[in-house]
Amino acid sequence: MATTAEGFDIHTEDHAHEADHKPGFFARWFMSTNHKDIGTLYLIFAIFAGIIGGAMSGVMRLELAEPGIQHLGAAVEFFGGNASESANLHMWNVFITAHGLIMVFFMVMPAMIGGFGNWFVPLMIGAPDMAFPRMNNVSFWLTVAGFISLCFSLFVPGTGPDALGAGVGWTVYAPLSTTGNVGPAVDFAIFSLHLAGAGSILGATNFITTIFNMRAPGMTLHKMPLFVWSVLVTAFLLLLALPVLAAAITMLLTDRNFGTTFFDPAGGGDPVLYQHLFWFFGHPEVYIMILPGFGMISQIVATFSRKPVFGYLGMAYAMVAIGVVGFIVWAHHMYTVGLDVNTKMYFTAATMVIAVPTGVKIFSWIATMWGGSMEFKSPMVWALGFIFLFTVGGVTGVILANGGIDDNLHDTYYVVAHFHYVLSMGAVFSLFAGFYYWFPKMSGKMHSELLSHIHFWGFFIGVNIVFFPQHFLGMNGMPRRIPDYPEAFAYWNEISSYGYVVMAASMLVFFVNIGWSLVAGKAPGKNPWGEGATTLEWTLTSPPPYHQFETLPVIEDHHDYHDHSQPEAKPA
Amino acid sequence: MGQAFARLKLVWLAVVAMFAVAVPGALVAQDGIAPESPVGEVAEEVTQAVPEQEGAYSPMAPTDGVGMPTAPQDDMLASMTFQEQYSETGQYALWMHDYILLPVITLISLFVLGLLIYVIVRYNKRANPVPSKTTHNTMIEVVWTIIPALILVVIAVPSITLLAAQYETPPEDAVTIKATGYQWYWTYTYPDHGEIEIVSNMLSNDDAIANGEPALLAVDNRMVVPADTPLRIQTTAADVIHAFSVPSLWFKQDAIPGRLNEKMIEGIPEGVYYGQCSELCGAKHGYMPIAVEALPPEKFAAWVAEQGGEMPGAAEAAPAAEGEEVEAEATEVALAE
Repeated sequence: MATTAEGFDIHTEDHAHEADHKPGFFARWFMSTNHKDIGTLYLIFAIFAGIIGGAMSGVMRLELAEPGIQHLGAAVEFFGGNASESANLHMWNVFITAHGLIMVFFMVMPAMIGGFGNWFVPLMIGAPDMAFPRMNNVSFWLTVAGFISLCFSLFVPGTGPDALGAGVGWTVYAPLSTTGNVGPAVDFAIFSLHLAGAGSILGATNFITTIFNMRAPGMTLHKMPLFVWSVLVTAFLLLLALPVLAAAITMLLTDRNFGTTFFDPAGGGDPVLYQHLFWFFGHPEVYIMILPGFGMISQIVATFSRKPVFGYLGMAYAMVAIGVVGFIVWAHHMYTVGLDVNTKMYFTAATMVIAVPTGVKIFSWIATMWGGSMEFKSPMVWALGFIFLFTVGGVTGVILANGGIDDNLHDTYYVVAHFHYVLSMGAVFSLFAGFYYWFPKMSGKMHSELLSHIHFWGFFIGVNIVFFPQHFLGMNGMPRRIPDYPEAFAYWNEISSYGYVVMAASMLVFFVNIGWSLVAGKAPGKNPWGEGATTLEWTLTSPPPYHQFETLPVIEDHHDYHDHSQPEAKPA
Repeated sequence: MGQAFARLKLVWLAVVAMFAVAVPGALVAQDGIAPESPVGEVAEEVTQAVPEQEGAYSPMAPTDGVGMPTAPQDDMLASMTFQEQYSETGQYALWMHDYILLPVITLISLFVLGLLIYVIVRYNKRANPVPSKTTHNTMIEVVWTIIPALILVVIAVPSITLLAAQYETPPEDAVTIKATGYQWYWTYTYPDHGEIEIVSNMLSNDDAIANGEPALLAVDNRMVVPADTPLRIQTTAADVIHAFSVPSLWFKQDAIPGRLNEKMIEGIPEGVYYGQCSELCGAKHGYMPIAVEALPPEKFAAWVAEQGGEMPGAAEAAPAAEGEEVEAEATEVALAE
């Protein structure tokens, strides 16, 4: 690759003035067709949405810090309603709904796929941009429109004139979302999912086209960096899963507004049908949220161990396997709806199968480090945190996979703990790992390693204090989605709320770090991470030129992730 | 514990057999001693089913730590795990969790943690300045695919056994109770006991504490069931989806409009078992608890009588059942006049 990079660089410098001509502010950021600018927009948007979604979880942890209802009334007034018992309790449901939808659709997905995917898929495969740059822009602004629609739903009636917002949970189960929340808030929430979903489908087609058609010469599928593999698999999951969600929520809309009865037994419909459709989307969705994280962790572990990824092909096809099997396990979210015994046995077995490719990934990451020469820079500590915490979240998933055990744990805090371990710790740790890994590349400024490590330890300790006790609460019987609880659950809830404070404090360090580095960060050069960083983005300047790879880099045969007979290529 | 499961089953059968002998005997023994009943209309039925008339039903006091969550102040360890189980499948499930799943996942987590710590210590830049070039090893990749698969097979055996046990069809003489979820309360109907309908609302915190019950779990009218008798629990809902859940019986079943779900709870000992609605159902989702009270069968019969219902067993126990029913009706008519 060394020769490739040098050849390319010389070429770019010749045309730099012409190539780097940037449009004016409005045209650049509001009519953008540049994958890096759109990626930046996605990341800024995801951070903004994450602040709102995170603030909502703060209100929830505050309310749950002690039994009784203390703070929901203030929240109702904040959104312009009148506090009353029913309005306050409805507000709780609005919070859990908005927190879930924001974090899934407007934080994790935009950051992983829209942000890092947009930024680094073209760079890693040696492409000048995405295949459909204008459609890329449409994807982003559809996501923003979806977010605005969701925020708007908070200010319009949900169950009544005083009870504002959609109190239906992120799953939007019928009939709670049809006859149970008659106000327009649910329509806005559903429309928000339509918009975000359409944006994601367009993005997915864009990634698939880009990855299949725009790889640099010599970049065969089996030489693509694992992050690109992860985005490719994710894009297929999006493309196959989101239309099912769109169908389900469209049927919800017509049930609500046009008198159809898809999910209403009074007209021959079935509420459980909605759940099947939702989870046919919903389970692949959880892999959509974690697979790009897997990809990022693979890049980071290899970089900081100064060793190629162990078992490259196994890693790539483990993700494919997870994606495929992810489509046939959806009913494990529905173990208590009254499934047939054989159905439940099948879904128990199929769900446990997913643990095998996931285990392959965990062990391959460790094997990548084995024999390596590890450096504990900020991205690497987040990656190590990810591997351990994702394992913990994964093994509680094995427990929940057992239909008979799930009879007790379903819809309890154990489930909340489980999915926050794989998402709030799995997905979010990989996001921070990726952020610290690529921030110098994207911004052209080095962040503070010290602040990054403080952020890591604060966040690591904080989220564990928040979520580990929730396993106890769930096993002891505390249902999820309740604002008030019996006295016996008070102690662990209080501990959990303290953890939130630790986590929130660490986030302040994160923002200080970004601010400080943008103002005073040193220039990182092309490759701040050393010889382990072998992918193409490290051959470019930081930040990369506005248009890169006008002459395509050529990936030579000897640069192969799974051929140890050849000497390792050294970067420029 | 597989043996213990079988043993529990035997104990359960023995208990059922004891009642099969004891209850009809008691009925015969008590025949003819009919004290004046406060509920005139069903006096006939009460005398059939109740060996000793001990006055009106009053709710059983719960036992601390039984059928309810445990606070860490009372027992730290108990607050960190499942509630004690009182149903046969619940005990099996708890055993499976405590002795198979929890050790396995703990070992896996510690194994991964150990490996991570080892590579951090052994393969950092200082300890190992020159990285190896290894990129694959087919043997180890096969091993770490096969071994987790084998572990999962080992887990699958008790898991499938548990599922099969949970789906056992209730025997014909099981007591049927239909739980219907409403926003935001439960009703319990007893179709075989004269269609009694119990409306069950949460007690206010003050009332609950005054009763010596846990706040947010106590209800005004409990779902009363006979102890040590198989129960056929049917769940449905009238408005949105609810879920009928009792953690100490390892029981959770969604209550869905337009659907009748059915599942058995095997004989459970006397006691009070609390639960909460476990599917988001609107504003007061957190305020529709479930309280199951298991009474000895004869007290259950008295309770049924008090609610204005009748025991189905009463008719079968005596050969002249139909005649008696007619007689009972005649009595009712006479009383009405």
